[in-house]
Amino acid sequence: MQNSLTSRRNFLKKMAAAAAMTAAASMFPGIIFASEQDANLPKGANLDWKKGPCRFCGVGCGILVGVNEGKAVAVKGDPNSSVNKGLLCVKGYHQIMCTQAKDRLTHALVKKNGRYVQTPINEALDIVANKMKETIEKHGKDSVAMYTSGQSTIPEGYVASKLMKGAIGTNNLDCNARLCMASAVAGFLTTFGADEPMGCYEDIDHADYFITWGNNMAEMHPVLFSRMLEQKNRRGAKIIDFATRTTRSSTASNKSILFEPQTDLAVANAICYEIIKNGWVNKSFVENHVNFNKGLTNMGYGLEDKFKFKDKPTKIDFKSYKEFLEDYTPEKVAKYSKVSVKDIKYLAAIYGDPNKKVVSYWCMGMNQHTRGTWMNNLLYNIHLLTGKISQPGNGPFSLTGQPSACGTAREVGTFTHKLPKGVVMNEKHRRLAAKIWKVPYERIPSKPTYHATEMFRAVDRGDIKFIWTQVTNPLVSLPKTSRYRPGMEKESCFVVVSDVFPTPTSDVADVILPASWHIEKSGLYGNSERRTQHWDKMVEGPGETTPDAWMTIEIAKRMGYGDLFPYSEENHVEEIYNEYRQFHEGAKHGMAPLEVLKKESGAIWPYVNGKSTQWRFNAKYDPACSNGKDFDFYGKPDGKAVIWQRPYEPAPEIPDAEYPFWLNTGRVIEHWHTGSMTRRIPVLHKAVPEAYVEFHPDDAKGLGIRNGEKIKVSSRRGSCVLPASINERGLPTRGQVFVPFFDENMLINDVTLDAFCPISKEPDYKKCAVKVEKA
Amino acid sequence: MPIKSYLAHPETGQKEVLMKALSKIDHCDVIPAENKELLIVVTDTDNKTDDEKVKESIEAIESLKLLAMVSGFNTPKNK
Repeated sequence: MQNSLTSRRNFLKKMAAAAAMTAAASMFPGIIFASEQDANLPKGANLDWKKGPCRFCGVGCGILVGVNEGKAVAVKGDPNSSVNKGLLCVKGYHQIMCTQAKDRLTHALVKKNGRYVQTPINEALDIVANKMKETIEKHGKDSVAMYTSGQSTIPEGYVASKLMKGAIGTNNLDCNARLCMASAVAGFLTTFGADEPMGCYEDIDHADYFITWGNNMAEMHPVLFSRMLEQKNRRGAKIIDFATRTTRSSTASNKSILFEPQTDLAVANAICYEIIKNGWVNKSFVENHVNFNKGLTNMGYGLEDKFKFKDKPTKIDFKSYKEFLEDYTPEKVAKYSKVSVKDIKYLAAIYGDPNKKVVSYWCMGMNQHTRGTWMNNLLYNIHLLTGKISQPGNGPFSLTGQPSACGTAREVGTFTHKLPKGVVMNEKHRRLAAKIWKVPYERIPSKPTYHATEMFRAVDRGDIKFIWTQVTNPLVSLPKTSRYRPGMEKESCFVVVSDVFPTPTSDVADVILPASWHIEKSGLYGNSERRTQHWDKMVEGPGETTPDAWMTIEIAKRMGYGDLFPYSEENHVEEIYNEYRQFHEGAKHGMAPLEVLKKESGAIWPYVNGKSTQWRFNAKYDPACSNGKDFDFYGKPDGKAVIWQRPYEPAPEIPDAEYPFWLNTGRVIEHWHTGSMTRRIPVLHKAVPEAYVEFHPDDAKGLGIRNGEKIKVSSRRGSCVLPASINERGLPTRGQVFVPFFDENMLINDVTLDAFCPISKEPDYKKCAVKVEKA
Repeated sequence: MPIKSYLAHPETGQKEVLMKALSKIDHCDVIPAENKELLIVVTDTDNKTDDEKVKESIEAIESLKLLAMVSGFNTPKNK
């Protein structure tokens, strides 16, 4: 008992110290405590520090986990990681604590007569495999689906894709990265023909200006923001925050510019107008490396089931593009964007100054947008017109939300239309996949099926009769859960949920599979800067917890596909990665060998001749450039990137007399997404124990609302009751309210709208119309 | 049995002096930043009275410019 108390107190002291370190890091960018952490560890503790990436967010900080007698007891930033250089945020420091939660899922649970019954894992896997097989036999292969995650490891995503597309022969695989990064992917593919950013985090050390577009980096990417603040303090780099809400990022920036929701489209076009008008176009760059296109307009918003849209690109010339921009003079745009003419011109002048290096950062504000693909295109337009791209300190940089949205969802390709290399629509790509997977190429269907929103609509309609979710919590994270929760509860669909903790999604499961957490298995993640990071299993998981990849393999074997999954339980991560690497061989996407990743804190692809490529498409840095010019956008057949003519179009639902407020949703620094992990970490849970609805003080005053008062937020779809927050963390503009979505007891996604970008199919969580009243 | 953490800001050039003074106080662990003028202090006492005494002892150190409590677990959201 005494020992237990002592170790608990030591643990609490470490928590207290870690909280102080985090606070210090936010005040003093670049502050280091790493060596002292070693020195202050309890005497006699024989800690073995094991390296890996952080479990939370897309930054991909390197962590060192201190393991003592088979237990993870401490976390510190990896000083050898070029990503975070020893820094961590409050989530990073405390991440391992969630594994000790009392309600951890340690054994499989099978619903029998309305009650969950603890079941041996092998028996539960038999039930899942039999049900999947039986459903296919009865209703066809497109009646079963998998929904995975940007938090799945690379091997987990790979075997899910191989099972669904290569073995079963259905494209019914999509993932939660559809909800956060699909617009970024569609933006990259339409503009450059190749996914993922061209630059890297080292851009931070070179840029004169950081312009953040709808992106609260101080809370969502705190370590990168800390690196930016260091450059601000050290050499006067400037941060401009362009957003719809005043946040911690805004207050730490040199300048905050607020805009009316959805009008970022117009402001981006106005910046391009100014760049052309003032002669700031980099003519030689544009002539040599850029084409101009326009696409279809009035695309719709995907609100109807089975919505279809296909863009039709048409080539245009610079003159037509210039004429199109006449509708976006700063004077015209200022009227509806609420951004002053002066501020639009200020932004344009920064991008237009040939002597200033500019990096643009964005994440969910631009991606979770009914015109998300367009918005990504428009920001690339600015960088392409000025030639500020693919150079140290100059470039557009799309940040990811999840730790392996890039590595798993996008590179392995756990979207319905994707393959580990390329897309299902392309015969060459299907043939390559079939060859590596050793399956007949005809088995891989050539048409995508359901993207995330449509997948859950299909469950609700009864078209999908079996769904298996892994590493994700859709009944908190999907938009309009007021429809999709009852849909998942229907008898027509058999629901399997693999997770570490119980969630509102596992509450509707027929079978719950107990998953290993991050450090209880080996794995690989890929972060925002194309860095692949490996880690070895650090500790044993409790009970019968099993890695998701291995559960997928076991199901595949039980369904009769054992010959396609010849991996060993002990080395499956290594075996799968080596198989997967074959897809990306070559100078454009070569992945580092596993032995390199085991030694180093990650490597950036393309990994060519033993070296990471930091800036793609620039012949000076990228060995894949082969056109003899200084830049080669080799994702496109002619090596040229595309400037897209994309107009401003309004949001599908705007405030009116009945629903007079915009609703914006998002995250807070203490909680990771739906809170299933961070709400089980006492330090983080106590810091922000529940969600809230933020008001502008004038709106609160007008409605007679006081801080902490219970408020009902309602839309045409549902409602949610939360305490009011006035003048606390964030400050929405007048006429807007903000709610974080981490709290499963206050489901704000019952209220949101399931409209999406018709090109990327990514939903817009940032804009819908609501009314607010005292509850 | 309170456990608390603080950020201790030393007077200019007094980081080492502050470090030594803090090290002499019972129930008080110190973690200096490697590259900044800042120390982290973690106190571990048996009761509220002892906790207050330790805090008073720390605040009495001359080389201490500012002591800011972090223990932040129950602080309001915007702190």
